[in-house]
Amino acid sequence: MLRLAETERTPVCFTLDGRPTTALAGDTVLTAVLTQHGHLRHNEFSGQPRAGFCLMGACQDCWVRTADGAALRACSTFVTDGMSVLTGRAAP
Amino acid sequence: MKTPPVIVGAGPAGIRAAQTLVAYGLRPLLLDEAARAGGQIYRRPPVEFKRPAGQLYGTEAGRAVAVHAAIDGVADRIDYRPDSLVWNAQAGSLDVLHAPTAVTRSEPWQRLIVATGATDRLLPVPGWTLPGVYSLGGSQVALKFQGCAIGSKVVFMGSGPLLYLVAYQYAKAGAQVVAVLDTAGLTDQAAALPGLLTQPVTFAKGLYYLGWLQTHGVPVHRAVKPLRLLGDTHVESVVFEVGGAERTLACDAVGFGHALRSETQLADLLGCRFRFSPVQRAHLPDRDAAGRSSVDGVYLAGDGAGIMGADAAEWAGERAALALLADEGIGIDTGRAAQLESKLAGLMPFRRGLERAFPFPAGWAAQAPDELVVCRCENITAGELRQVVRQTGAREMNRLKALSRIGMGRCQGRMCGVAAAELLAHAAQVPVAQVGRLRGQAPIKPIPMAMTVAADGQGT
Repeated sequence: MLRLAETERTPVCFTLDGRPTTALAGDTVLTAVLTQHGHLRHNEFSGQPRAGFCLMGACQDCWVRTADGAALRACSTFVTDGMSVLTGRAAP
Repeated sequence: MKTPPVIVGAGPAGIRAAQTLVAYGLRPLLLDEAARAGGQIYRRPPVEFKRPAGQLYGTEAGRAVAVHAAIDGVADRIDYRPDSLVWNAQAGSLDVLHAPTAVTRSEPWQRLIVATGATDRLLPVPGWTLPGVYSLGGSQVALKFQGCAIGSKVVFMGSGPLLYLVAYQYAKAGAQVVAVLDTAGLTDQAAALPGLLTQPVTFAKGLYYLGWLQTHGVPVHRAVKPLRLLGDTHVESVVFEVGGAERTLACDAVGFGHALRSETQLADLLGCRFRFSPVQRAHLPDRDAAGRSSVDGVYLAGDGAGIMGADAAEWAGERAALALLADEGIGIDTGRAAQLESKLAGLMPFRRGLERAFPFPAGWAAQAPDELVVCRCENITAGELRQVVRQTGAREMNRLKALSRIGMGRCQGRMCGVAAAELLAHAAQVPVAQVGRLRGQAPIKPIPMAMTVAADGQGT
């Protein structure tokens, strides 16, 4: 994902695989991760990396885990301050 | 009516339905899965975003603003619940999950307007599960809803009106569009002219997008056969055939799709009768000209009942609301009802023209290689599906599902269902109309195992 517009929004601090980083207020978790990382998750059957697909809550290929064990659909969940997103393993 | 009318979906159809019910003094319950009303085509960015409507919706800005104004104008006179997924439907009751709080509650209904919209219709190519590959609709959501492009060098591929629109929107927003690869040919588009010219304004917009792309140096290839997407952990190139020769284009993102498919799961769970539509090449719920389904009290409107586009969705939403009111014994403006039906009927020649201009690639199933991953949830391949057909003689989609798990993954066939039906029909050597359709199953989308059931079982 490449930002083309609206980059003046307020920063949001979150951690990605344990590393502190920032996104912008109004970013989905999908945008927050994929603007700085190649994938969101790994497929449970092939083990291959995945980065979402439909971006409208239909394909279910963007579910990620957070450090507290919760599963969230990255295309329809907004990133929040203090969120801790893990891309290293299958979810949920 | 003891129970207020319920509308599922706050896109153009659901919004116009709500506005119409309010105009006749009712207070509908409007349930929408999204955080903000508008649907997909008129989807509104989060509140932090500031781009003006002209930049977000282009030539459709006037329509988008009007639809948004319609919902904002009745917000205090309806029971509007965003972030609310209807995950089950049965006679007299819906199960609704409020996603942010993970609370589910049962909502009663006596009359229900189902306006559930559509998603991309997908005919996969090998490599479509690679990061960097998105549906065409998803590519548009990235730009409109998040101000992002799906990559820095983007190829758009497939067919349908959305192909040129999204390519145009990307190029206009400053993204590098490497090429547009259309599976339809110029002869298809020439043959479609009479139908397309019945809606000259819409047709002119399509020509404008194409012309703009060509004058801005974006290569447009027609009569293309997509072969595969290559890459290790991310898409790196597209391989396709054009004019009998194989070509490869380097890229870091691909958006693809073949028009749209209806979200019919709720209509199915409600027991609506379905019928195969040759024009849409899909099984769709029956409805009369006013939007009444085969089930008493259930009305269907918008792309969720058959792909007709956003303008038609607005008219169908209003018409279905008028039908609901009339069935409730409320005197309606019958002239307006007739006018809406006439507008909807008048779109049919254009709709058929679109199907002629961007025909379904009939040879897709024959050409799909065995190693093609059809189900991206559970990695089921075309070869596995063909083997099941060979070994078991399966001739029907739900049989194929039971034997192969196709359509049993988390997306419940939304991404793979069209392709699986084509592969089954081809392998079994029967028309696709005869293989049936995947039955809807509740929950129609994943729901959390830890959700709370609301104690009152009723709305707040």
